[in-house]
Amino acid sequence: MLELKNISKTFNSGTPDEKKALNHFNLSVKDGDFITIIGSNGAGKSTLFNMIAGTFLTDEGSIILDGKDITFMKEHLRSKKIGRLFQDPMLGTCPDLTIEENMALAYLQSKNRPLLSRLTKSDREEIRNRLALLDMGLEDRMSSPIGLLSGGQRQALTLLMATLAKPELLLLDEHTAALDPATADKVLELTKKIVEEDKITTLMITHNMKQALELGNRTLMMKDGRVVFDCEGEERKSYTVDDLLKKFRENSGEELDNDRIILSDYFFLK
Amino acid sequence: MSLTALFNMSFTAVELGLICSLTVLSLFLSYSMLNVCDLSTDGCFTLGAAVGAIVALSGHPYLALPMAMLAGSVSGFVTAFLQTRMGVNSLLAGIVVNTGLYSVNIAIMGGSSLLNMNKTETVFVKMKNFLSTYGLAKYNVMFIGLIAVVIVLIFLSLFLKTKLGLAIRATGNNPSMVKTSSINPVFTTTVGLCISNSFTALSGCLLAQSQKSVSIDIGNGMVTVALASLLIGSTLVRRGSSAKKGVACVIGAIIFRITYMLALRLKMPAYMLKLVSSVIVVLAISLPYIKSKYPEFKRRMNHNKEIKNA
Repeated sequence: MLELKNISKTFNSGTPDEKKALNHFNLSVKDGDFITIIGSNGAGKSTLFNMIAGTFLTDEGSIILDGKDITFMKEHLRSKKIGRLFQDPMLGTCPDLTIEENMALAYLQSKNRPLLSRLTKSDREEIRNRLALLDMGLEDRMSSPIGLLSGGQRQALTLLMATLAKPELLLLDEHTAALDPATADKVLELTKKIVEEDKITTLMITHNMKQALELGNRTLMMKDGRVVFDCEGEERKSYTVDDLLKKFRENSGEELDNDRIILSDYFFLK
Repeated sequence: MSLTALFNMSFTAVELGLICSLTVLSLFLSYSMLNVCDLSTDGCFTLGAAVGAIVALSGHPYLALPMAMLAGSVSGFVTAFLQTRMGVNSLLAGIVVNTGLYSVNIAIMGGSSLLNMNKTETVFVKMKNFLSTYGLAKYNVMFIGLIAVVIVLIFLSLFLKTKLGLAIRATGNNPSMVKTSSINPVFTTTVGLCISNSFTALSGCLLAQSQKSVSIDIGNGMVTVALASLLIGSTLVRRGSSAKKGVACVIGAIIFRITYMLALRLKMPAYMLKLVSSVIVVLAISLPYIKSKYPEFKRRMNHNKEIKNA
């Protein structure tokens, strides 16, 4: 499905601020995998996503998606196959366009309609039905500008728009981290539902260790641009959060230092 | 002043407003939708006027309009190419093209900076002949202005709802969304600027033909005048469909021309037009900003007073 071969990326090369974000990174993702990724600050998690999505190119190595080499493919062409959500819910939708217009844009693109096509009546009905799935009452507010919605509603819409046409790969970069707990749960439930129903291959960065173990079928722990721990299947099911922390310490020789993780519920409950 | 004189002047102001509102609609697309302040507008306006005049002078009054639009979209393409492919800042790209167009325009006008169309067959002359059979000859400019504005408005309101139109709006509204949603911003910016500049050129072409002359400075300050009209329009309609906002632009252009006409009646010299339009643009843009800062200012004043009194 997705093959990352020997990927490296260095920022500020040749300066005192030189930072090896990814260091000969290898990853093989199988069709239908749902992989959760956790790691220390600056472990290269977001860089990894930026490489896959094509925000910037790799320094070396190649990226293969569904048998096709996409190492030098332009970002807007990759995004036909790759859906992506960021932590900031403002990044995924246009505030001045209405709900209907935002959905129309994603919908017309997902159906690969010609450039000058517009929504038909049945399209509009379909969009209404999709919006109703969110259970947020948005289907009755189709002509409101998105800027009037809450962050959670915007993130849910972004998720819906990214998955209107089944993407080959879905990249979730802490997409619930900026939401209040109740909304975050709702968006997460929705993510689970959509990913399971459409069997979308997904990579998800999270800072919630419990979530990382509960969701999906494989977990990666990253540090300094490489994977320090990788588990899946039966082995993974037997792990607790403590086991994960222990494995991280054993493999990297250091404690997991991620501000978000340290501040999250787990450490408070302990 | 007699009422008829006032009416006649308003009539001319509305005619001028209609023709120039095409430039306002052009900025509506580039400035409001695409979020690019296209500073090549002045040069492009003159380009449209020059190309239209040359084609009309060669005996093709109808062909003059599409040719002017084509020339405008080529100019828009160059501006877009500079900012999307050559790494030139978008404001600078407009300025550079605007400067270059000065020479191009004089070259098109055959090396002269003034062309006379007094005896030339133009669309306005054609319309006058047609309307005179109904005794409406003096409405020819109004008619053509209205037809052009209505066609452009209908086009815009339909176009902005298409996949491409929505993508252009998204490009201006949220660049970070565009990257992740398979829209090619290079393509949308290019198409947007080509279309908007073709309207600007059409506007210039019509103004030149209605005035029966083109001078090289016909487009000077047009971008500020059009921005002022656009901002007047946008205070009228804050929310609503693109069609409504488009109509507001046209009304804004007419209000601007009528206000200007009234100011002239109050003995304001004609050369003040550009200063007035600059002031309007500054006010329209900065008033909301000043308003948002006012509570902070008030609180600081009160605070200082309390400290002094204490």
